[in-house]
Formats: sequence, structure tokens, C-alpha cells
Amino acid sequence: MDLAMLLQLLDSSVRLATPLLLACLAGLFSERAGIFDIGLEGKILVSAFFSAAVAAFTGSVWIGLLAGIGSSIVFALLHGLASITFRGNQLISGVAINFLASGMTVVLGDSWFQIGGRTPQLEGHARFQNLTLPFAEQVRDVPVLGAIYHDLLSGHSILVYVGFLLVPLTWWVLFRTRFGLRLRAVGENPAAVDTAGISVVRMRYTAVIICGVLCGIAGAYLATGLSAGFVREMSAGRGFIALAALIFSKWRPWYALMACFLFGLLDATGSLFQNIHVAGISVPVQFMQALPYILTVVILAGFVGKAIPPRAGGEPYVKER
Amino acid sequence: MTLFKKLFGAAAALTLTATAAAAQDPAIIFDLGGKFDRSFNEAAYNGAERWAEESGGSYREIELQSDAQREQAMRRLAEAGSNPIVMAGFSQASALSVVAPDYPDTTFVIIDGVVDEPNVRSIIFAEHEGSYLVGMLAGMASETGVVGFVGGMDIPLISRFGCGYAQGVRAVNPDATIIQNMTGTTPAAWNDPVRGGELTRAQIAQGADVVFAAAGGTGLGVLQTAEDEGIFSIGVDSNQNYLHPGSVLTSMLKRVDVAVYDAFTNGMDGTLETGIVTLGLAENGVGYALDENNESLITEEMMARVDAARDAIIAGEIEVHNYSDDGACPVQ
Repeated sequence: MDLAMLLQLLDSSVRLATPLLLACLAGLFSERAGIFDIGLEGKILVSAFFSAAVAAFTGSVWIGLLAGIGSSIVFALLHGLASITFRGNQLISGVAINFLASGMTVVLGDSWFQIGGRTPQLEGHARFQNLTLPFAEQVRDVPVLGAIYHDLLSGHSILVYVGFLLVPLTWWVLFRTRFGLRLRAVGENPAAVDTAGISVVRMRYTAVIICGVLCGIAGAYLATGLSAGFVREMSAGRGFIALAALIFSKWRPWYALMACFLFGLLDATGSLFQNIHVAGISVPVQFMQALPYILTVVILAGFVGKAIPPRAGGEPYVKER
Repeated sequence: MTLFKKLFGAAAALTLTATAAAAQDPAIIFDLGGKFDRSFNEAAYNGAERWAEESGGSYREIELQSDAQREQAMRRLAEAGSNPIVMAGFSQASALSVVAPDYPDTTFVIIDGVVDEPNVRSIIFAEHEGSYLVGMLAGMASETGVVGFVGGMDIPLISRFGCGYAQGVRAVNPDATIIQNMTGTTPAAWNDPVRGGELTRAQIAQGADVVFAAAGGTGLGVLQTAEDEGIFSIGVDSNQNYLHPGSVLTSMLKRVDVAVYDAFTNGMDGTLETGIVTLGLAENGVGYALDENNESLITEEMMARVDAARDAIIAGEIEVHNYSDDGACPVQ
């Protein structure tokens, strides 16, 4: 494998890892505050739909992004209402959100555009265009470093850079600010936070809204950055893979980055290297496409060790009994 | 009690009218890609719509949401008295072979699959012949000598496209490299434009400057990426030239619409014959699309060579190898 091929692989991994990363960080905020969220998938889907639909109506991808984030926040609040205010089961609420998103996007899409639940193809300003970083063209011919800068770092949509910058930001917010300390405490021992005079309910709602914003960006990236429009079920299980990455990383931001990048890399490998010949034997395509899942099981079972979720996760907080 | 009676009566009346209206109507079942996939299912839908418009009749339709619904959908339409019932898509074959014997008076039509029952008409397209022609166009349009192919689900039917395409490319450029990729091994592979785009980028990185997508909804991602990256793409099943004018070189037409239209028309006349029917170049069942969106991309010379090849295939002078015959392709 030469450098160009390697860069191509990493470049593809970056694109595929970004929606996972955004969704994973979304889940990180929510679960660190004690709200399990298996509705990441649904929120990505609903945001993908609304961002593409509104971008198609208005012709502006930025308004589309806002609409996507808005719709995702509405779904997040729905989850919050069910699991914080009404103290319902968080898993069931999450499943309900996934179903709702899956059905609603197609029904609305069909009634708005009459093309079978998809949105029209987005063009020009209705899509996120790829950014070329400064001097990318000039340093292109510098050996190795120039190629890395031009082919790998430059030429992504702005949301990719946002996604990667959110990792240090998340780390800083969670581990270096008062807000982060309280957020983590709410997920571990809400009674202690309550005793200190801080509203558990408000902390948890804040976390859920942050989760909605990040899922919204992930969905918008999927529909208006990676592709040019919404198609039915386009999230294709990415929300669940993000959830796996979250457990994988034991609810820590930097590890989340690595886990998501690993999944992106495996996905990219599956599509780039379909016909491999090793020592005269040709590896079947099916094996290459199953490889990400096989490796996931191997890594999860063998290397990660015990992943302990936030202690108060999944349990609604009851002030007095 | 009165409310219940009223509701019950209303429901009963509704059922009666529904049955009466459906008694003689034809029906169509779309496959998982969805009615508006801009490709295979949409071609079937267009055929059904054309029949409805010209004959003034109406038809029933079911859009499948999951594999488990196939048999149920067929039985429901057959019970309701629809005749003929057209099934779009190869994956309906196994369910149909179970259902068909139970309704001997209903004529079933399956497109892209073969079911050996006395009341089934199986329509097969010679995709390898049409793909051969677009392969020639790809080979002539390519400047790098590298062309790509993105298939949907990894099944022999799609390999038939790929194999015909590869033979066509080699016919005009014996040294050409052909990169063939499949999107996946499950039906989800028909609806994953993101992955389609990634596969296309990978092929472009290996030098491809024409990519043929035979992948249903996934193909939309291929066509989009091809336009973004400034290379040519080739659409499939329906005429997709209009999606990205100037970037879509041509489309491999598969006249699913004609097959559906004929099935409906003949079915209503009672002249629908059962058995296996193959629609190739000679029957105008497959071909390549030429319209105002791509006429500037196809030169006179290219057109002359392709048309000569088409005549030669019809006359039997060129034999395009069919992947389904032996499960192998002579050209890699």
C-alpha cells in the first residue's frame, strides 16, 4: 500500500467517522448526566430529514442546519419529558423516538415532496461544500507532509472540523468546568448534587438539549454534507454504532474519538479493499464487509475490559420517597 | 350501541366498495428500494401509471417495507381478486413460488426472476447486452483507461450488469482496467447513497473517470459524487440523464415500464401468456439513453460504433457472455 492509497483510506475514514463522533459525543453528554439515550439514531434521522427538507425549500444549507438541530432538540426534549419529568423508562422512550423518527420522516417527506419520502437533490448553496484549507494548493507538492495536508486534512466540509474540535471542547467542559463537574455528579450521585442546592432536573435537561444539538449536527452532516438529500432510513444504524463506540470508550471524549475513528476506518476498509489477494488466495468481499463487525466483537470482548456506566444512569431521580 | 352499529355498518360498506373496485384491477408490488428510487421501481411505476392513464383503469399497489411482508402482500392482493399481479424485483421469486400454486386462477408476473409455475409469467432482461453497449461508451469516453462499476447488492443479477459492462469496455479498449465494487450483501445496499459515494471516491482515487452505477437508490450517491468530482457516470434502469446533465454520460435502460405496461394491458384483455420471456436488445427491452441532456457527450463516432455493435448483437455476430449461464465472467 502506497502513501496515496493510505491517505485515501484515512480521508474516507474521517468522513465516515464524523457522524459517529458527533452522535457519540451527544450520547456522552446525555449519559454522563444519567440519561441513557438509545434514541441517537432517531434524532440523527429526524435532523437529516429536516435539514435536507428546509435546505431544499430555502436554498440555504445554514437554515437547513438550524432546522435540523431544532428538530433534533424537539425529539431530545421529548425524551427528556418522558424520562426526567415523568420518570419513564429511558430505554423505552428511546426506542419510541427511533420508531417515531423512522415513520415520521417518510410520511412528511412523501406529503411535502411526493417523491417517496426522499427530498429533492440539493445543489449549490443548499449543501455543505468542501473547504480547502489555506495554502493547501501551494504545499501540495511537498513530499509526504504536503500530501497529508492537501489530501487528508484539507477538503472536508466545515462540520467535519467542527466535529473534531468538539472533542477537546467536550473534554474541557466536562473535566475542567464547574458545569462539567455538576453534570458528571448528576450522573453518578444526583442526591449529592441535590443536597448542594443544584437542580438535578435542570442539569439533566441541559444535558439532553446538548445531546439534541450534537445529534442535529450529525444528521445535517449526513444529509447535506456527505450526500445531497435525504433518503429513507439514511442513518443506517450509525446511531447504534455511536452507542457502541460510547461504551467502547467508557464514556470518555478522547477515547470516543479513537473508537469512532476505528469504526470509520473499518467501514472505509470494507469499501476500499473489496478485492484483496493474499498469498494467491482471494479474500471474499463478504468477509471484508463483515470484518468491521467481527473486529468489534473481538475488541469488545478482548481488549476493552469492563465498561462501567455512570452509576445513576437509567434511573429517574426521585427527590423524596 | 347505535354508535357501534353505525361504525360497523360504515366499515362493512367500505370493505364492500373496496372489494368491488378491486375485483378486476391489476396490481403491482414494488420492491424494497421504494416506488420512487429513480431507477428500477420507478420504471415499474411509470409503466403502471402509463397504463392507468391510457386505459382509464385503476390498479392496486403495495410498497414493501420489509422482507417479511412479501408473501402476505401477494396473498392479500390475490385474495382481493386482483389479476394480473405484477411483482417487481428478483427477491420476490421465492415467496411467489410458494404463493402461486395456491391461486391457480390468478396470473402472476415476476420481473427479474424465474418462477416455474403454470400461472406465472417470468420476465428476464438481457442486462448484459445493454451493459455491453454502455460499457463501450464508457471505454470510449474514458481518458485514463480506468473505468468503475458500483453494484448494489452482491447477487448474480448485478454481476450480469458488471460482466456485460466489462466486456463492452474491453471491446473498445483491450487494455482498460475495470474496477468492480459491490455496495453490500443485504437489501440495505439498494438504499445507501453515502456508501455509494465513498465507493465512487475510492474508484476515482484509483484513476477511474467513468463509473457505472447499477445500485438502485445507492446509485444516486454515485452520480452525485461523480458530478462533484468532475467525472462521468452512467445511470441504470430508468433514464437518469436528467439528474446531473453533463455528468451522466448515458443510462443503461431496462424497459421495466414496458414490461409492466404490457402485463397490465394483456392481462386485462386476457391475452397474457405465462412462461419465461427474455427481453434483450432485439426486443428493445434494454438499451442506452440518448436525450438532450447527454447529446453533447456522445460523439457521432461513439454513436456509430455502439449502434453497429447493437446490430451485431441482434444479428448474433457478437455474443455477449451472460454471467448467469456459468456464474463466471471471462473478463475481469
